[in-house]
Amino acid sequence: MEPGNEPLIKFDSVVKRFGDNVVLDGLDLDVNAGERVTLIGPSGSGKTTILRLLMTLEHVNGGTIWVGGRPFSHMYRGDKLVPASEKYLREHRKTIGMVFQQFNLFPNMTVRKNVTEGPVHSLGVPKEEASERAVELLEMVGLADKIDAHPTQLSGGQQQRVAIARALAMRPEILLLDEVTSALDPELVAGVLDVLREIARETDITMLCVTHEMAFARDVSDRVFMFDAGRIAESGPPEQIFGDPHEDRTKSFLKAVLEHD
Amino acid sequence: MWDVEFTRLLIPALLTGLWVTVQATVLGYALALVLGLAVAMVRRVKVVGGIVFVVTEFIRTTPVLVQLVFIFSLSALSDVSPLTIGIVVLGVHYSTYTAEVYRSGIEGVAKGQWEACRALSLPSHRVWGAVVLPQAIRKVIPALGNYLIAMFKDTPLLFAISVPEMLSVANDLGGQYFRSFEAYTLVGAAFLLVAVPSAVVIRRLERRYAAV
Repeated sequence: MEPGNEPLIKFDSVVKRFGDNVVLDGLDLDVNAGERVTLIGPSGSGKTTILRLLMTLEHVNGGTIWVGGRPFSHMYRGDKLVPASEKYLREHRKTIGMVFQQFNLFPNMTVRKNVTEGPVHSLGVPKEEASERAVELLEMVGLADKIDAHPTQLSGGQQQRVAIARALAMRPEILLLDEVTSALDPELVAGVLDVLREIARETDITMLCVTHEMAFARDVSDRVFMFDAGRIAESGPPEQIFGDPHEDRTKSFLKAVLEHD
Repeated sequence: MWDVEFTRLLIPALLTGLWVTVQATVLGYALALVLGLAVAMVRRVKVVGGIVFVVTEFIRTTPVLVQLVFIFSLSALSDVSPLTIGIVVLGVHYSTYTAEVYRSGIEGVAKGQWEACRALSLPSHRVWGAVVLPQAIRKVIPALGNYLIAMFKDTPLLFAISVPEMLSVANDLGGQYFRSFEAYTLVGAAFLLVAVPSAVVIRRLERRYAAV
């Protein structure tokens, strides 16, 4: 394969089980550099598991994940692929950032510390520089005035915007967004989605979003993956998936979700 | 009748004993705090954690008085002072309690906090030192404080290994002057004098930290 044509992220027959429950059943999935991809589908269909595997919060039971043309879930020992060691994972996941449904900010740190902790202690960025960058990022998410506040003093929407700034502070190539608006009060959702739209517009970060916000998925994505029972039921550009879904499973899912809205 | 003359004689001696008691408590407690934390952290490691668990359960379920006299008898030929033995035995014994307290605090830290650390690839000294322990310890400060008072109240056990703490001083002088009633009353009063204000302080801490 020619360099440059290779997908940035490649799932090759990935299997993930939790006990007897097979969540991903030989999944193949490619995402290109700079692409914005949305994962939709009923809960329990394996969407979030894909993000968690990429963040190395879970480990594969079968198959291999590749990132940037190199093995990610595995590593080479000689020319054999063996499950990646903790050290290998630590080094390779630094290119990946994640925003969680429940924000997961560190409540014992100020907003500034939350945003600088990763760059300073994991990437070795000097404190001053990390702090300047934190100010920029907080300006971008509209929270520069909250830099010395603690997370508990912020609304859910504000916390999630800080969490986005924290993830971006690591300068990730890949940003994973796991139902980032699901825990928010309805009136706070728009603010968070606006920030994500801006990131999509201003940067070339590869984004993988698991979301139930169909309008957002339609606006931002280059490609939409419809998941069902650990497999991709259908994928395509948003106009096609939302405008002219081919699969019955997609049709019934979209009907149920859109009616609910 | 209360013997005022004897009381005058007794009080300076008791104060010396109280000083020994305070030393044993403070140093033993410091040991319990540090060792307990180490135990709680090591217990999360496979295999080694299992061994540590068995050892701490053994220490926790045998009486501290038995441990004191046992270790004291072992060290009869060495020149380690009884006070040092007392501090170490009390500290080790209480570390098995504080380890449980720390463990509950660590388990109380949300799973999402560990995941966020992982997502930022934080090195483990930051995961523990900057994220997990500050949150875990804050929650268990009142429970840890209670063990300080419990330990203070256990120091008269050191009497059994001839440490000159308060009870032992009172026992000696009370016996010598046939005035055990005054001697033991004053010991009780001295314990109250220290323990009651400490309990008040811990209540305050409890109220301050429980709210978060």
